[in-house]
Amino acid sequence: MSHKIRIIPTLLYRDTQLVKGKGFDSWRPVGSPMQAVKVYNMREVDELIFLDIRATAEKRSTDFQLIDDLADECFMPLTVGGGIRTVEDVRTLLQVGADKIALNSALYEIPDLVNQIASAFGSQCVVASIDARKTSSGYECFSHSGKTATGKDPVSVAKDAEARGAGEILITSIERDGTMEGYDVELTRLVSEAVNIPVIAAGGAGNYQHMVDVLSGSKASALAAASIYHFTQQTPLEAKQYLREHGFPVRL
Amino acid sequence: MRVAIVDHGLCNIDSITRAVQECGADSFITDNPKDLEDVGRIILPGVGAFPDAMRNIRARGLDVALKSLVIDKKMPMLGICLGMQMLATRGFEGEETPGLGFINAEVHKLEPQAGERIPHVGWDEVSYPRESKLFAGIPSNKDFYFVHSYHVVPADPSEAIGVCAYAGGFCAALQHGNIYATQFHPEKSQKFGFHVLKNFLSL
Repeated sequence: MSHKIRIIPTLLYRDTQLVKGKGFDSWRPVGSPMQAVKVYNMREVDELIFLDIRATAEKRSTDFQLIDDLADECFMPLTVGGGIRTVEDVRTLLQVGADKIALNSALYEIPDLVNQIASAFGSQCVVASIDARKTSSGYECFSHSGKTATGKDPVSVAKDAEARGAGEILITSIERDGTMEGYDVELTRLVSEAVNIPVIAAGGAGNYQHMVDVLSGSKASALAAASIYHFTQQTPLEAKQYLREHGFPVRL
Repeated sequence: MRVAIVDHGLCNIDSITRAVQECGADSFITDNPKDLEDVGRIILPGVGAFPDAMRNIRARGLDVALKSLVIDKKMPMLGICLGMQMLATRGFEGEETPGLGFINAEVHKLEPQAGERIPHVGWDEVSYPRESKLFAGIPSNKDFYFVHSYHVVPADPSEAIGVCAYAGGFCAALQHGNIYATQFHPEKSQKFGFHVLKNFLSL
């Protein structure tokens, strides 16, 4: 098997800097976006995800000039999310150098946007980003950076996004996010077994064994993580070396 | 050398433009057929949907200009991803759509094997059925970045210069005279991707 598991650092942008929180709260500053992009570019990571987490709440588009500047230093695939409401937003983001765009709140408010983007630019550029919280009866999706309950379960949202033309699913466990206690394997399993498009697991990675655990217990194609790289000495390269030692195909 | 990046209005063209500049050439984006006349290389990039892209190419008169330069005057050209697919005779994405027809080939949907997912997204190995200038100096089975659901099937299999094992195997790169194409994104494939671009620039 030559197709590689992707290891993807996630950059969360808020008020001019990168941040990382716990459970989508208690944000701590972790540096400047340009510096992070340059470092990850030098280290040749597989891919980057950049999310402007206040854009939707502030009812604005993401900062296109910033994305333009970042993309100029980013010779690897770049996914950009935050505040995307129209096909024109997507066109602008692709023009300034994004390769894929991530939709989150729009999945619930304007689901037809997935169809429109897939039809104009192709499925491969639409990532459906789903934030879910565990409940007593299963899982529930939240929009607006985890603030707004949607009453929907992640499996049905993922299947709907796939049917509308999304090319990938990014599934994030809200309560695991930033805890470094491990991915929500069950959530990732449920979503990755429900769809036939690639699924990126996110939320909770604290060490390399957590990555092995979620890959063993689900059908995830890629692993996003942030705190592990911001707050520990662990790196995407070492993560891939660990995965290879445990039998998973990675690009080294 | 001046390198024209052909803009058909659908995709991330900034990255390929920047990557070519990093490789030492003078690249610029254009959708004007007149701008193509005094360049040394043409790159047709692309992600997006085949029918829309072909419509945009024809609406701008780029199909005629490209044919004159690439087919008649043998200008070296590189098609990337959807830009590779557009070189084919016809595509079957959504509706049957004629392509540029520079290469006798059809574009079909990838057929996933057990456990595989479509789109084919991520890093995958490319091996070489034959030697080519495009991959000169790059060892076989190195990883390149792919993001696509369709692939080019050349009528003449010997035109494939790179293959990838995913989805039962598909043509990852091809050459037809002065025309080169890659299904992967060299501009997103870091050191080996840049090596491919440099090879194309120094043909």
